[in-house]
Parts: sequence; structure tokens; C-alpha cells
Amino acid sequence: MTVPAIDGWFTDSALLGTRCGSCGSYFFPPERAFCRNPACGSAELEETELSSTGKVWSFSVNHYDAPAPFTGKAPYAVVAVELTEEQIVVLGQLSATSDPSALKIGDEVSLVVEELSEGSEEVVWKWRTT
Amino acid sequence: MANDVAVLGVGMHPWGKWGKPFVEYGVAAARSALDDAGISWRDVEFIAGGETIRNGYAGYVAGATFAQALGWTGVPVATTYAACAAGATAIDIARTRILAGLCDVALVVGADTTPKGFLAPTWGDNPSDPDWRRFRLLGATNPTYFALYARRRMELCGATEEDFARVKVKNSKHGLNNPNARYKKEYTVDEVLTSPMVSDPLRLLQICATSDGGAAVVLASMEYAKRHGVADPVRVSAVSTVTPTFPNTVIEMPNFSTDSAATVAQPELGFRDAIAAAAYEQAGLGPEDLSVAEVYDLSSALELDWYENIGLCKAGEAEKLIRDGDTTIGGRIPVNPSGGLACFGEAVPAQAIAQVCELVWQLRGQAEGRQVEGANVGLSINQGLFGHGSSVIVTR
Ligand SMILES: [Zn+2]
Repeated sequence: MTVPAIDGWFTDSALLGTRCGSCGSYFFPPERAFCRNPACGSAELEETELSSTGKVWSFSVNHYDAPAPFTGKAPYAVVAVELTEEQIVVLGQLSATSDPSALKIGDEVSLVVEELSEGSEEVVWKWRTT
Repeated sequence: MANDVAVLGVGMHPWGKWGKPFVEYGVAAARSALDDAGISWRDVEFIAGGETIRNGYAGYVAGATFAQALGWTGVPVATTYAACAAGATAIDIARTRILAGLCDVALVVGADTTPKGFLAPTWGDNPSDPDWRRFRLLGATNPTYFALYARRRMELCGATEEDFARVKVKNSKHGLNNPNARYKKEYTVDEVLTSPMVSDPLRLLQICATSDGGAAVVLASMEYAKRHGVADPVRVSAVSTVTPTFPNTVIEMPNFSTDSAATVAQPELGFRDAIAAAAYEQAGLGPEDLSVAEVYDLSSALELDWYENIGLCKAGEAEKLIRDGDTTIGGRIPVNPSGGLACFGEAVPAQAIAQVCELVWQLRGQAEGRQVEGANVGLSINQGLFGHGSSVIVTR
């Protein structure tokens, strides 16, 4: 039995964002109230799955544990991923199954849902090299 | 310029890890700035405090806390929070009140006592706080974000680890003779490159620590300065406190994502460029007028980004500046003669004020052991969480 580490941000296979019904801007984490395009401000925000593949914009391998409430163990990598259609850069941890030492800017990665940290019941989205 | 205010006095409590209440540092800095200005606390007509969020309720109302410690005088007060930009926002409020004619002389104070190690979320176990979420879901510490920029710079501009190390080496040399600096040790490129890797590609000696410290400035109207016998004071000629423009396409701490540029074109200037541009426009000056700059080197790599943001060189050319020694004291445009965050560590609400203190000493020719000869225009710049820009231009 697993539970999402945060509600309403992702499904089994994709990030959940919102898209403005008026101007088309995307938002992640999902913006539920008003569009943040200052020329718009519409309240018509529709939930939408974001592209589940993207390109590495940048990344870092952390060699020390982050403080609580982080539950993982170093080394772990954080990746910034550029989604082409949405024109947005989204962060995520690198999947435990991917080798950070082989990672390069521009590499294609795809979304995967994995345990938050080893042995955790909570799951979160991560990026995996393809 | 019509919008100038005079800097009558500056003062600091040395940075360190002293473990005392933040109020003590703030009051020490304030008294030092008042002495420097040659006025008494009872002459002050407005006090602005930079808020500290890690020191209980007294820190949330820092302005009043400092006023009480200096002795209640009935002086009007404001306290501002803008993360790393808090001090500049406090300066801006004081300056604006002076320019509006609401007071003639104002005191601005910021001080902090910080815990050891990475800055953790302040709100405790609060899953609705974005700052909590980035630690929980990503383990995205502050250095993680700095590392993302650093690696991007390596990819796009050909920066090397040695370039980042050169920044630290330069700053460590600059800070050697600064009595207010916490770290007074000269490093070599080798020492920097063999320090422990923290957030790859950034090593321990390339990431700024957190420190205790306090800084204060006394601002006054130009008329007040004249009456007070200061004919040619250092002036604050600009304070930029701009926010980003949508869509902000650079990932910013503590966010999970950028804005989407899918339907709205990116603004002409990115956020950090816009912070400097607003300051230059206010002062009626440009990068070519600068004699000295204090930029927020949260990481050694970030200092290189700032060179471009404040127009010292074109995008992608900052590596050349550091390699050629242009930003070293004695070079074309010295940056962080104080030693920067590399030698201070960050005392959040005091840091933007400390940057201004250094520039004032530089413009007065009082920066002993680290003086930029003939400095007459200085710029400070930094950026606080969630989009608080801050830049101050001082002139003489
Ligand atoms: Zn919209």
C-alpha cells in the first residue's frame, strides 16, 4: 500500500498541472485559483497531465543529507527538466535506477513514480534516464 | 540628483558564530552607525528593521525590538521581511520616507543569529509551506539551486570548476584585512578544489555559510546632512526592489518549477538583469560608471552570473573577467572588496545593509587594506526568496 507524498500533484504516470482555459498558460504545481499571467487572471483553470518526458535543463548530485523533513540518504540527485510543449522547467529527484554520473544537460528523461526514500510507504514523481 | 538621500553613518557588528541574541548585534551596529553619523539615537525620526525569522517573536518585530533596546523614544517604526533582500527593503522604506518629507533622519538596522548547517524550513512540520515541500519531496537545499545554476553555466559558458574556485580565492584575499569579516584566511585554487563536494559541482568552500552579524546605516535628507556640516556625503542614488516579470523562466528557490512560456513571450530582461536595470535607470547611471560592486556570492559560481546581470560584461564572458583579474582590487572593476559572502557567511536581514556599509567605506576612502582607489560609484545587488529583487547604488 503506497500513498502519494503530496495529494493532487501527480498520477501513476504523469505530473498533474493546470492549464488556463483563457490564455493557455500551464502551471505546476497545479494553480487552482486564478491564472498567474498578469494579462489574464482567468479562473478557468483545468487540470491537465503534463508531458511525461523532457530534457535535462540542469542537475546536481547532493553529497550530504538534506535536513528534515527530507527522509532520503545522500548521495541523491535533483534534476531540473524542461518540458517542451509546456515550456516549463520542473524539478524532481533522479530515479534510484538512474546513474547520476552519466547524466548530461540535454539528456532525455521520463517521469516515474517511486518511493520517496528507501523503504518509505510514500511515493513521489522522479525522473529517469531513457 | 533630486532623489538622493545622504548616508550619514554606517556601522557593523563583526560577522561570526558568536551565539548571542541577535538584538545585541543590531544594537552594537546601530550605536556604531550613530557614532559614525555624529548624532544621538534621540535624534532619529524613523527606524526600519530587517526581520529575522529564526529568533522568535522579537525577530518578527525587529524594528521595535531594536528601538526598545536602544531605549523607547516614541520614534515611528517599520519592520520588513524580504529574505536576503530584507535589508534593502528596509533601506528603501527609510529613504522613501525621507524623500516624502515625512522625516529628516532615519536609522536602518538588520541583525541575525543563525543555526549551524543548511538552512532548513522555518515553519517546522508544515506540509502546506512550499519551503517544507521542497525539502520533503526533493531534498532541494539552498546549495542545490545554486548548483543547478553553476552546472548550467559550465554547459552554456564553458565555466570550469577552476573558474568558480578563482572567485573564492579572490574574495578570500579581499576579506583578509576586513575587521568585520568572519573568515580571514587566504585560499588557493587547489585548496578550494579539494574541499568536500556538497552539491555537485559546488564544493564546501564555494558555498556561503550562515553567520551571526549586524549592520546599520543612518540615512538623512541632503538638507539635514548640510545642516549637520556634511557637505559632500555619500548618497543613496537608487534602490531597486523589483519583482520578476511573467513568465519567469529561471527556476528560483524555493520553487518546484518555472513559469510557463508556452503562450506568453519571455520578458526582454530576466529577473536578475531587471533588478540591476531598474537601479541604473533610477540613478541615471550605467555599468560603465561603476567603480566597485558588492554582489551576492551565495556560491562562487553565482558571482559570475552577477557580473553579467549588472552589465560588467556580456553574457558568457564572466569567466574572462575572473581569469584576467578584472574584478580583483586593482583591476578594472573590483567586485566584493569586502570579501563578500565568501568571507562573511550570510546573516540574512543584515547582509544587504552590510553590502551598503562596505560601499560607503569604499566611497569615503576608509576601506583600509581593501580600498578601491578613487571609488565614486558603487552598486550592491542581491535577490531574496520568492522574487524579492534588491540593488542599491551609492554615489559621491
Ligand atoms: Zn490565463
